[in-house]
Amino acid sequence: MNLDLNTIWFLLVGTLLTGYALLDGFDLGVGALHLLVKKDEERRILLNSIGPVWDGNEVWLVTGGGALFAAFPHVYATVFSGFYMALMLLLVMLIFRAVAIEFRSKQPMTWWRQAWDVSFSAASLVSSLLLGVALGNIAGGVPLAADHEFAGTFFGLLDPYSLLVGVTTVALFMMHGAIYLVLKTEGALHERIRGWVNNTIIFFTICYVSTTMATLLYVPHMTDTIRAYPVFFGIAILNMLAIANIPREIHHGRDFRAFLSSCAAMASLMALFGIGMYPDIVWASNDAANSLTVYNAASSETTLGIMLVIAIIGVPLVLAYTTSIYWVFRGKVKLDRFSY
Amino acid sequence: MDPLLLARVQFALTIAFHYIFPPLSIGLGVILVIMEGTYLATKNPLYHAMTRFWVKIFGLIFAIGVASGIVMEFQFGTNWASYSRFVGDVFGSALAAEGLFAFFLESGFLALLLFGWDRVSPRMHFFSTVMVSLGSIFSAVWIIVANSWQQTPAGHHLVETPAGVRAEVLSFTDVVLNPSTLDRLSHVLSAAFQTGAFLVISVSAYYLIRNRHAEFARASLKIGLWIALIASPLQLLTGHSSAIGVARNQPAKLAALEGHYRDGAPAAMSLFGWVNEREEKVEFSVAIPGMLSWMLYGDATRPVTGLTAFPPEDRPPVNLVFQTYHAMVAIGMTLIVLSLVGALCWLRGVLFEKRWLLWTFVFAVGLPQIANQLGWISAEVGRQPWIVYGLLRTSDGLSKVVGAGEMLTSLVLFALVYMLLFALFIYLLDHKIRTGPEEESHGLQGKAVLR
Repeated sequence: MNLDLNTIWFLLVGTLLTGYALLDGFDLGVGALHLLVKKDEERRILLNSIGPVWDGNEVWLVTGGGALFAAFPHVYATVFSGFYMALMLLLVMLIFRAVAIEFRSKQPMTWWRQAWDVSFSAASLVSSLLLGVALGNIAGGVPLAADHEFAGTFFGLLDPYSLLVGVTTVALFMMHGAIYLVLKTEGALHERIRGWVNNTIIFFTICYVSTTMATLLYVPHMTDTIRAYPVFFGIAILNMLAIANIPREIHHGRDFRAFLSSCAAMASLMALFGIGMYPDIVWASNDAANSLTVYNAASSETTLGIMLVIAIIGVPLVLAYTTSIYWVFRGKVKLDRFSY
Repeated sequence: MDPLLLARVQFALTIAFHYIFPPLSIGLGVILVIMEGTYLATKNPLYHAMTRFWVKIFGLIFAIGVASGIVMEFQFGTNWASYSRFVGDVFGSALAAEGLFAFFLESGFLALLLFGWDRVSPRMHFFSTVMVSLGSIFSAVWIIVANSWQQTPAGHHLVETPAGVRAEVLSFTDVVLNPSTLDRLSHVLSAAFQTGAFLVISVSAYYLIRNRHAEFARASLKIGLWIALIASPLQLLTGHSSAIGVARNQPAKLAALEGHYRDGAPAAMSLFGWVNEREEKVEFSVAIPGMLSWMLYGDATRPVTGLTAFPPEDRPPVNLVFQTYHAMVAIGMTLIVLSLVGALCWLRGVLFEKRWLLWTFVFAVGLPQIANQLGWISAEVGRQPWIVYGLLRTSDGLSKVVGAGEMLTSLVLFALVYMLLFALFIYLLDHKIRTGPEEESHGLQGKAVLR
């Protein structure tokens, strides 16, 4: 691996998508857990825990999509047109989720609120599942024609391995969301959610072990790089330690450290995914020669260079205001007259 | 059914629905900056209440704008994959820059704008309002850069790659400042300011007619009218400048805008008419001979490139472009007249008593919206049959692997979802307007300071 512009952009797009997973991951998780609380006030607390930040979190996905378009247009074109129906479904879910958050508390009627609560929760669950299934397809490989076009079918995307990765993603986001809620709530609700964390950790661990085994058995090309460069096994160990650390921190009541552990677990999972893929971005399951790589799918060196300058100017700004917004809205959720 | 037609209809539907909201955010954003700035400068609680009320409306508009905007970011890849492969090197950078420089700024500070009233100082809150407004303007900048490059491509060269021919960047500055960027950006931004202004004018006029929140409504109406007075003539100027650019860079589009067929002849300007595309003439028209030549070159006898200079397969659909363009111009003129009548009544001190004028203002909210849609139709249909003018035909930009059945399914899906969203938007907007500003908690005894 040499650190040329193509590799730098592989890392940058990966970073944007990791940022998306860490941030939108918890608010999708909160959505997936939303219907588990029944009282209106408690549901409002859940909604308002993500209220000021969910919109910014989703921008990581939009910007990740834009960066993919700019840096690797062939990946953007192949994956989005190839996964057409799945993506359309994801878009509709993201639309419903966004307006459910915004509309839910605008009217007092029970039926109104219940309908938006169900929309919010179902859309969060389905979005997480679809994102995970897409990831599973990228890892497991999809059939690609020699001209880079997708050569599979919609139902071909729903293979068992991809579905397993999808369910694992749901479990991961639920765990991440539950830990986030522990941070943001207090009193009886806080104690109840603390109990969910343990259940979600168990759910996630089962999925995690299954996915790891399935990857080793059925998707061996994902482990080639680690076999060639054993130093990367360190990240796998780090990943397992981060996961194991979560129940420990929760047990000691160190909620913020549990959240950081969960973030570290997600980031190291994404790193393992990236290491497994590189230098491919979409692996062609029918003929490895048709795979989209960081070289044959990329924009010109000129564009990658210009984009790097844009990223060097833009990313520090983004990190600065993302951090400040999270700082301003730190601490437990208090409902006031501006809340959802 | 034809997948090309379905993909075009879906793009038109999703962008037309989405485009209801960004101009409102951009226009209302600037108005919020004025209102909150006035509050900070004068400490008059009236302007605080105004900011709070309009921030709520802004939040609702913004939410649907975001929800419908995500679709746009991904639709190039889903339905226009061949286009994406061809332009990614140039066009993708603008979209990525929009995300990085505009969306993060907007969404981050929107949190403070909506939820930060009690968490940050008034100055910091005002700063957030300014940042959100700037973010929405930056977003327009980058998306207009991308779209203008489609209209008047520059700063690129065509390169043969193993995966086919594509456009690659030669000069990023030339891509960003391509020949139509500045004209189109100024035209779109002043349209957005009008759109925001007429929303504020409409709601305020409604309160005045109903005799509710009178002080609040008067002060809001004045700010709206100021913006309308500045933006409406600006719209005429930027439109004129755009037309000169179109004549220079996209002669086929200009000829379609005026239904000018005969190449090499001086061109007339029709006030209205109906283009008979088969017989290549404008029927039922009232036209001023030589007027277009004079508008473009200051010389009524100078020839203008006509549609006959282009083979039929290189011409846009003429009548649609002609009609949408003329209707847009008519609305633009109406808005100038309305702003001037408003200003005149204001000067005479009868602005708030003329009920017929207030009623006109209430319904005028739809005019800039319709003009926005018409303007984009004439701009985008006028570019046809090209998806990138002169470089790539729309029919060559389509995704190869998406079938008509899938496109029809997604089209029906979006049509249903958007109908539901639009109904909910109107319902909630109406509810917020009926509820009005929070009077009791922020006594609206203050007097307006902007005269």
